[in-house]
Amino acid sequence: MIKFTSVFKAFPKGGLALKDVSFHVAKGEFAFLTGHSGAGKSTVMKLIYAEERPTSGEVRVSGYNVNEMRPRDVPMLRRKLGIVFQDFRLLEDRTAEENVAFALEVTGARSSTIAARVMRVLTQVGLAAKAQAYPRELSGGEQQRVAIARALVNEPTVLLADEPTGNLDERATRGVFQLLRDINASGTAVVMATHDLDLVRQAPYRVIELQEGALVYDSSVDEPGGSGEARDQAVAP
Amino acid sequence: MNLTFREAVLTFKRAPLLSLLSVTTIAFSLFVLGLFGLVVVNLQSALHGVEERVEVVAYLLPGAPAEAVAQALKDIEAFPEVQSATYVSEDDALARARAELVELRDVMQELERNPLPASIEVKLKPGFRDTDHASAVAERLRGFGFVDDVRFGRDWVQKLDWLRGVAAAVGIVVGAAFAIVAIIIIGTTIRMAVLQRSREIAVMRLVGATDGFIRRPFLLQGAIKGLLGGAVAVGLSFGAYVLINRYLLQSAFFSQEQAAAIVVFGALIGLFGSALSVGRHLKRV
Repeated sequence: MIKFTSVFKAFPKGGLALKDVSFHVAKGEFAFLTGHSGAGKSTVMKLIYAEERPTSGEVRVSGYNVNEMRPRDVPMLRRKLGIVFQDFRLLEDRTAEENVAFALEVTGARSSTIAARVMRVLTQVGLAAKAQAYPRELSGGEQQRVAIARALVNEPTVLLADEPTGNLDERATRGVFQLLRDINASGTAVVMATHDLDLVRQAPYRVIELQEGALVYDSSVDEPGGSGEARDQAVAP
Repeated sequence: MNLTFREAVLTFKRAPLLSLLSVTTIAFSLFVLGLFGLVVVNLQSALHGVEERVEVVAYLLPGAPAEAVAQALKDIEAFPEVQSATYVSEDDALARARAELVELRDVMQELERNPLPASIEVKLKPGFRDTDHASAVAERLRGFGFVDDVRFGRDWVQKLDWLRGVAAAVGIVVGAAFAIVAIIIIGTTIRMAVLQRSREIAVMRLVGATDGFIRRPFLLQGAIKGLLGGAVAVGLSFGAYVLINRYLLQSAFFSQEQAAAIVVFGALIGLFGSALSVGRHLKRV
């Protein structure tokens, strides 16, 4: 599904962002990507959705080799992924429904099917009643739910969530996290970058930790079937 | 296409002020160009009026045989440069002189004998009304045995040549300058419209929109803005033309083709300006 093999990423002015990172996320898996800010979480995410290319090593996502991808294949890869950000990235001048429908329209989906599919995902994230609301009329948690609905509407095999709860209060955080768990339970792989260790401790999921660009801990390798206690120690600052 | 059109139209609804600003900027840039165009059009029509008076006149010897003259008229009209050749008899010449030279009417009345020669007046086709072609025609007219003298006002035609050259050079240089300024201003406006939507473009890319999909509404929108701007510019030029005609001087307006060309030019600038801005933007992000 997602496979990093000895990936290095250097930025012209930023030095080395990733050093020899290797991991593999399987179909249907839920994996946390943790680490302090600047540890390289976002760079890993960008490599997955082909916003960046690795300097060396290999990145494979859903059958695409990100190293050798032609620019015109990038949109095709992204249609197989759902991407959610800390800052939601909704279009302010469109309603919740239009924001979600937009993701379908760009793929050339049949217009007769769009409305039904949009309502289905909005129902799934619990926002069917606010389909006509504009982002500014929604709370942070609700906006993130719209963003998740948009990510889901193309029925992705992987949902990438880059600090999805970073801008949310505790209650909204719990709600969004539960939603991501539900999505994973229905078969979609989820990669969630976060530095919220409370969240990481709550769930028995795999943890991949980065430190200054290097992978320092991977619970599936270091503690196969490890206890929550062991993970607590590993990810504690 | 449906979606492209909807997105393009929605932009006008979502950012009415910026859209209005774009159309206004394009309109005024093209209006300035249009005003200059009006000057050129009027200068050209004035030059054309003067040009029409370029004429080569062959004065005939007294007693030139009528059949020979008639045949010569046919031959002359067959010259590639010649639009028409007219025979003016001695009597015609005298009658015309009497009508045109009123001050000398008394003198003319007292004439016992008509002193004016018969002549052939040759008008040249447009495009041949310059010194070189007039000289060539004059030279050939001199070849007829019954032709006494040929005149075409060489100095005057040479001045006309010079005027035409200057007008063309000034027209091209100033016109190109105006056009470049218009293109730069319009390009900047369109770039603003693209930048204003850079966030939206980023989101489009994240959800898997192809560059073509992103580009199309911008191109359509640019073309529509250019078209509207061009139409407004023609309208403003027409207003200026009406005012000039009423208060300053009699002048000419663009032909329908020229007016259409301004509108099409606006649409093309809008289209290519958008293509350039979006292309640069897509490459950068």
